[in-house]
Amino acid sequence: MTAIQIIFILSALVILGAAVMVVSTRNLVHAALYLVATLFGVAVLYAILDATFLTVVQVVVYIGAIAILFIFAIMLTRREMRDQGEQLNKGWGAAALIGLLTFGGLFMLLNNWRGVNATAAALPSGFDGVVELGTALVSTDAFVLPFEVASVLLLAALIGAVYVAGTKK
Amino acid sequence: MLFEYIAIATLIVLAVIVALIAIGLGELFGPKKKMEEKSMPYESGMTPYGPGTRRMPVRFYLIAVLFILFDIEVVFFLPWAIVFRQLGLFGLIEMAVFIAILLVGYIYAWKKGALEWE
Amino acid sequence: MIWEWLIKALVLIFTLLIGFGYLTYYERRALAFIQSRLGPNRAGPQGLMQWMADAVKLIFKEELTPDNAYKLVFFLSPVVTMVPSIVIAAVIPWGPPVTLFGQTFNQYVADINVGILYLMSIASIAVYGIVLAGWSSNNKYAMMGGLRSSAQMISYELTLGLSFVVVILMAGSMSLVEIVEAQREVTWFAVIQPVGAILFFIATLAEVNRHPFDMPEAEQEIVAGYHTEYSGMKFALFFMAEYQKMIVISAIMTTLFFGGYLGPGVDRFPWLGPLYMAIKIIILLFFMIWVRASWPRIRYNRLMAFGWKVMLPLALALVFITATGILLADTMGNPWLMAIIPVLSLIAGWIATLMVDRSLRRKSYA
Repeated sequence: MTAIQIIFILSALVILGAAVMVVSTRNLVHAALYLVATLFGVAVLYAILDATFLTVVQVVVYIGAIAILFIFAIMLTRREMRDQGEQLNKGWGAAALIGLLTFGGLFMLLNNWRGVNATAAALPSGFDGVVELGTALVSTDAFVLPFEVASVLLLAALIGAVYVAGTKK
Repeated sequence: MLFEYIAIATLIVLAVIVALIAIGLGELFGPKKKMEEKSMPYESGMTPYGPGTRRMPVRFYLIAVLFILFDIEVVFFLPWAIVFRQLGLFGLIEMAVFIAILLVGYIYAWKKGALEWE
Repeated sequence: MIWEWLIKALVLIFTLLIGFGYLTYYERRALAFIQSRLGPNRAGPQGLMQWMADAVKLIFKEELTPDNAYKLVFFLSPVVTMVPSIVIAAVIPWGPPVTLFGQTFNQYVADINVGILYLMSIASIAVYGIVLAGWSSNNKYAMMGGLRSSAQMISYELTLGLSFVVVILMAGSMSLVEIVEAQREVTWFAVIQPVGAILFFIATLAEVNRHPFDMPEAEQEIVAGYHTEYSGMKFALFFMAEYQKMIVISAIMTTLFFGGYLGPGVDRFPWLGPLYMAIKIIILLFFMIWVRASWPRIRYNRLMAFGWKVMLPLALALVFITATGILLADTMGNPWLMAIIPVLSLIAGWIATLMVDRSLRRKSYA
């Protein structure tokens, strides 16, 4: 086992364990913090894949902005941080079955795919993902349309947020 | 490139150790005389009343949402800025369009008073 | 390899720790100088050992944890605040590579190709320590301070990010080493983009909760803000984080706008690099202290309005002015056309100042 595999297994364990804690802990702020741990584990996975830009963007956007929003939202809604209700409803058996089936299906699918055991080709030296990304974002034969549409999406979110949280004068 | 991250991880681990040592020193040498008054929330000497954590104004939530949106905009700016010299005028126009669309929302938020704090 | 990382990390940590000690002394002496006082001068010659006396005092203080605090988070948040203030310094180059024992060493812990984004990401993690400290104390004042502080930090992070974009446009790279080297060819970026440097400075003041943006610690209103309930060494960690952030952010500003380690003779004697850095950092730190000595605190609603209505649009304008200037110089093939950037951005800054002045004069503005 190589060092990278060990790092991968450790971060995968952190991701899964923290993800379970997100849904099972009774303290909402703790749940948000476990979510941060999950997101951080994903950032480590990106770092293993040499996707430097994604690693850092994962931290900036998800940990630095979205999780902060969650914490703010929790402080906005709840006075009591502890929820005493049941954590499972009646449908949990069916949900577990569906989850298991999906997992089994994915496992079978990936097992039959030859690429699963292949090692990825090493990136050519001097390859800079950020430069590639910057060029791809604004060149007409790549992602210029999604890029501009993303702006419209942000605009919609902005107007929605102002409308929802707006106070009447 | 991965090595650079391991160097950073080393730094993180050492920094955490330094912080823990600092707290440990305080725990080790500081006096420990527990009193009821000492462990009450501090409210400038008045007897504390009500819960310590309260619901906060919705303004903060709004600021956080606006922050996410503009943060993503900044993140889009960065790869564009690196290759800007190669892109030339076309790149500038595209980014101007991108920002112009967002500015509509910014002006809307301004006019709606979302940026005011009363 | 591992030893090199360990030694570099330790050197960085101890430099910052000792820098923190002397920065508190420097600040008190400089404030005293501005206010015609003497300042601390008892412990050691000229009071140079003052920081050690402070440290010993804090170690022997009692650590209090309020009964109804959320204990684990209460314990962790000073650590979460302090660690980023050190880790953020990992990508700052302190000098050109040096040769030692026949080997070449780089004077930075890590050089990643997304260095600037790394700075942004660590800065955004620093928000956690403060909002969690406020929440876990279970104290009204701490909660208010934590919320104010985090909302302020995220608002000014946008301006910070856009001033980074201005620098990247000029340097064409996100690696801090390459940004410094780009300034060798042209000139200090503060000369090309003076308004950008000023915006960055203002945003960093808000980012480290310094005067005049220290609303989270406005003692007349909310006791001591998010660290009201902290005492002893846990309080010291918050204190440490603030001063280390001041040092690191001055180092970042030096790197981005004031030529980093560049200076006369630095190519022949690479050890001069850290010295030039230190001189520039100390000058910038003096500006921070000077601001504290001469400006009253800004009211919170004005602070947020200033961040969103003045800083953000101005920073956006600067990005486009810089891009246009570079484009013009490139297509015309005349580098002197870059001079349009400082001219236009000074005009933009002047307009922004006029608008702030006008809205402050308006009577209806509460």
